[in-house]
Amino acid sequence: MSARPLLLAALIALAGCAAPTPSAEVADPYEAQNRQVHAFNLGLDRTLRPRDEAAPADPAPPSAGALMLSRAGANLGLPAAALNGALQGRPDAAVANVARFAVNSTVGLLGLFDPAGAVGIAAQPADFGQTLHVWGVGEGNFLMLPVLGPSTTRDAAGRVVDALIDPLGQVIDSPEAYALTAVRVGGRIADRARLGGTIDSILDDSADSYAQLRLAYVQNRRFQLGVAGAAAGFEDPYAAD
Amino acid sequence: MPPTDLSRRAFVAALAASAASVAAPAAALEPATARALVDRVLADVVPLINSGRTAEEMFPAFERIFATYADVPAIARAALGPVARTLPAADFAAYEGAFRLYMARKYGRRFREFIGGRIEVTGAAPLGRHAEVRSMVEMTGWAPFEMLWHVAEVSGRPLFFNLIIEGVNMLAVERTEIQAMLAARGGDVGRLVQDLAQA
Repeated sequence: MSARPLLLAALIALAGCAAPTPSAEVADPYEAQNRQVHAFNLGLDRTLRPRDEAAPADPAPPSAGALMLSRAGANLGLPAAALNGALQGRPDAAVANVARFAVNSTVGLLGLFDPAGAVGIAAQPADFGQTLHVWGVGEGNFLMLPVLGPSTTRDAAGRVVDALIDPLGQVIDSPEAYALTAVRVGGRIADRARLGGTIDSILDDSADSYAQLRLAYVQNRRFQLGVAGAAAGFEDPYAAD
Repeated sequence: MPPTDLSRRAFVAALAASAASVAAPAAALEPATARALVDRVLADVVPLINSGRTAEEMFPAFERIFATYADVPAIARAALGPVARTLPAADFAAYEGAFRLYMARKYGRRFREFIGGRIEVTGAAPLGRHAEVRSMVEMTGWAPFEMLWHVAEVSGRPLFFNLIIEGVNMLAVERTEIQAMLAARGGDVGRLVQDLAQA
């Protein structure tokens, strides 16, 4: 009596091993809505960044202006990154981000330059989605956010919390706060321009740009978070032979 | 002893035997051999992307580089998924040829973004019976990032079968792409081959 269930279980397990690993797949129960949001984002991107079909964007070194704007935008994220470093029990990350913010906001002229990087104080990216991960929260379902792009339910919740707990938001009031928002948004747009051809190729040249964006986001995010196995990204195409 | 017990024991023994045959490795690839392969790839690719030639002019050179240093059949097979096993050999060969052209064009374009950048091999380690070679890419205006090469020994030669940048791996990207293309063509491999060759 006991042999048959065991055999079945073993066969299922073997079949599971032999199947190609759907490596970085993520739960996507909202796929239909997500795809609608993606279509909207794609339209927005093509409006803001018209493509020249005849001459696809050639890789060019990023302009100095775009680089500065990108740096200034990233600099404004450092206080929140420091706070999240502390919440994750990574005092070294908290200290590095505070030091970087202090140096680049002053000597680096509001973050336009990166003297901290020149002396080896690198940013230690941290956000509340990552903090939730460290606290044991799973990634949840895939979400495509309007304008902001790919995310997960956990990471989207993290964005909301990051906006609420941002230390800069606590100390800076209304008129200046708009300026900060403008710099952040400008930084993101500059990043998009700097990544030019790479993102164009995902959005324009893929058979299914939604699926490619979902895959790239999830694999890259798991890599950032150091999720076991994802860092190696090891797939063995010879294993199924 | 009831017969079910006997069959279970026999089954477990058979399972163990098959597991042993799977586990018995072909000689593992030496990390140093894999590293030497990546060094050769870079010695070909870096001068090519900095040669000032246009993307179109570089495609044949990239196709040759892929054919020489990458296990294109394995990558093509993994990208096509289970359908690959059902294809007659001649059809698979046609698909593989189209896939190699497609890879050369696509990654030829992408590699051009490394113009003026530096790629340095930083280490190599065993990866099961394969090997992983780590390299750092430095490009002006960007934080340096790591690029991993997964290398296997295929018929006695080292060949790379995957590239991973910041967690995003080529095998998964190409599986997503080829399967989306195939689905968009109603599962018709013939049309996929035509379109890949022209992509």
